Amino acid sequence: MDFDLTDEQRAIAGLCREFARDEVKPRAEEMDAKAQFPYDLVAKMAELGLMGLPFPEEYGGAGADTVSYALAVMEIARADASTGITLAAHVSLGSTPFYLFGTEEQKRRYLVPLARGEMLWGFGLTEPQAGSDAGGTRTRAELREGRWIVNGTKAFITNSGTELTGGTTITAITGTDAKGRPEISNFIVPQDTPGFTRSKTYRKMGWKASDTRELSFVDAAIPEENLLGRRGGGLKQFLTILDGGRISVAALSVGLAMGAYDEALAYAKDRHQFGQAISKFQAIQFKLADMLMEIEHAKLMVLKAAWEKDNGRDYVMTASLAKLYSGEVSRRVVNEAVQIHGGYGFMDEYPVSRMYRDQKINEIGEGTNEVQRLVIARLMGL
Amino acid sequence: MKILVTVKLVPDTTAEKRIDPSTKRLVRTGVETVLNPFDEYAIEAALQLKEKAGGDTTVTIVTLAPESGKEIVRKALAMGADDALMISDPAAEGSDVWGTAYALAQAIKKNGFDLVIAGTQSTDSTTGELPGALAEYLGVPGVTYVRKLDLDGTALKAERETDTGYAKVSTDLPALVSVTKSINEPRYPSLKGIMGAKKKTIAVQTLADAGVDKPIGSDAARTEVTNLETPPARGKGQIFEAADAVAGATKIVEFLRERKLV
Repeated sequence: MDFDLTDEQRAIAGLCREFARDEVKPRAEEMDAKAQFPYDLVAKMAELGLMGLPFPEEYGGAGADTVSYALAVMEIARADASTGITLAAHVSLGSTPFYLFGTEEQKRRYLVPLARGEMLWGFGLTEPQAGSDAGGTRTRAELREGRWIVNGTKAFITNSGTELTGGTTITAITGTDAKGRPEISNFIVPQDTPGFTRSKTYRKMGWKASDTRELSFVDAAIPEENLLGRRGGGLKQFLTILDGGRISVAALSVGLAMGAYDEALAYAKDRHQFGQAISKFQAIQFKLADMLMEIEHAKLMVLKAAWEKDNGRDYVMTASLAKLYSGEVSRRVVNEAVQIHGGYGFMDEYPVSRMYRDQKINEIGEGTNEVQRLVIARLMGL
Repeated sequence: MKILVTVKLVPDTTAEKRIDPSTKRLVRTGVETVLNPFDEYAIEAALQLKEKAGGDTTVTIVTLAPESGKEIVRKALAMGADDALMISDPAAEGSDVWGTAYALAQAIKKNGFDLVIAGTQSTDSTTGELPGALAEYLGVPGVTYVRKLDLDGTALKAERETDTGYAKVSTDLPALVSVTKSINEPRYPSLKGIMGAKKKTIAVQTLADAGVDKPIGSDAARTEVTNLETPPARGKGQIFEAADAVAGATKIVEFLRERKLV
């Protein structure tokens, strides 16, 4: 058994750590306060090659592996969760569907600019009435005179309305299958499609600097060839995307927890009460020890899932376990990090206050803790 | 044109520094090793010269370090340097400034060079003496503390930082310059650079391979650390209390006048 990262994985993690510390962290408080999308950071991440990290060089990517990707997301999220989700959603949700299911032409047209970070893309599965119950999708697409006419609404779509966004990939009902169940297909909907509009960004508890919107389609007509993958293959394709997405979200959770731990440790060493640094008190030491233990555990799980994916193993169970566990770890860690800060932790000028708000979505996005437990139970064969 | 950049591997600058009282040396175990941050400015300066000059200009990284530091040297290659030369030899352990400068000079002469670029100092021992000593052993002009650097063919023009401002200096290649932090903003290695660095050569040489014909290392050191002391804590500044800004400013001016500072 080998726990060593490769030179390349270490170098990528090191680069991201340095970049996050020097460029992302100093911006986090302001971006959060102003709910400001980090265009400059996206441009810098594109320049470094992070926006296309796991895709082959021939499609504009860097050709790195999933372990490197997970480490990169952890390091960015360690400095700022909003920038972390912007990167993670771009790679896992925006770009991956083209890589996995796109035709060669679609890859050239969409994946290449996405991997270069010149364009962003949304991923529209969730609807106001269909979250984890993806089968409850109501958005419909009808083929009329060589064009798909789309009608419906999508909710909570990340990176869907930035100045860089080129469009969104959505699921829509295209008919009924042989068993009478709705047939779901995927479509590429460019941003300038008439009838396709975006709401303003939601006002959110956390991830305030990320771009999240509601999408509306009213007789939005797209060319017939904008079908992504096989007709009727939509649900299966999106579930495959979500399997990989769990590694992303788990890495976001671990990164956030690492960031909160860093802050708590530094504060505990600096803050003096009763004549000594509070880090000398056992009550604080125990908290920090527990935080580190859980972070290490969650990180190992995420990296194991990434390793399994890189080595062509079935990684779905590990990714689900990692997503669930690291989401819960991030809650316990940010909670204790604020507690260690005492009253200051409740103040906005301390990063743990932002981290506390940014955390909750880790237990909701891409499958709630409860749904995750169901997935795991199902994988057990129950 | 051959540009050589000298680099040093140092303990992580964000980690707490500890001195081993028995050896009077910095404790390097248990601390992550990184590229000396000052050297990143030297690498950046070299890469900018290469980008401007184009053609067959190459940037080679040179270091005296244990072979375990290969991965850190690779960061310099990921930034864009072409290849690296590592002098790795247990007999070099404990070299002082003289030994290091001598060994690097021998290796650099053997390799051939037009321009050597160094950082001003390392973050571990912080002597800032190496660039000067290295220029001496190379037998070329040493232009230290450079904040601006221009190269036109073999004519080098530089601005040297001084205590009172800067001096304009020009010389012909071959030469050595050491650069300060104000010269540029070092680039991050890109992912492409990281992936590409795997294929670049890091030549590892013993002292003998590098043409070092005299013993260096701790036994041959010409300097000795006899004592180490923590500098006394700085005294507290004087705080003036004043009712308003004008009164405060008056007090400060008085204070400065008394000391003939204004």
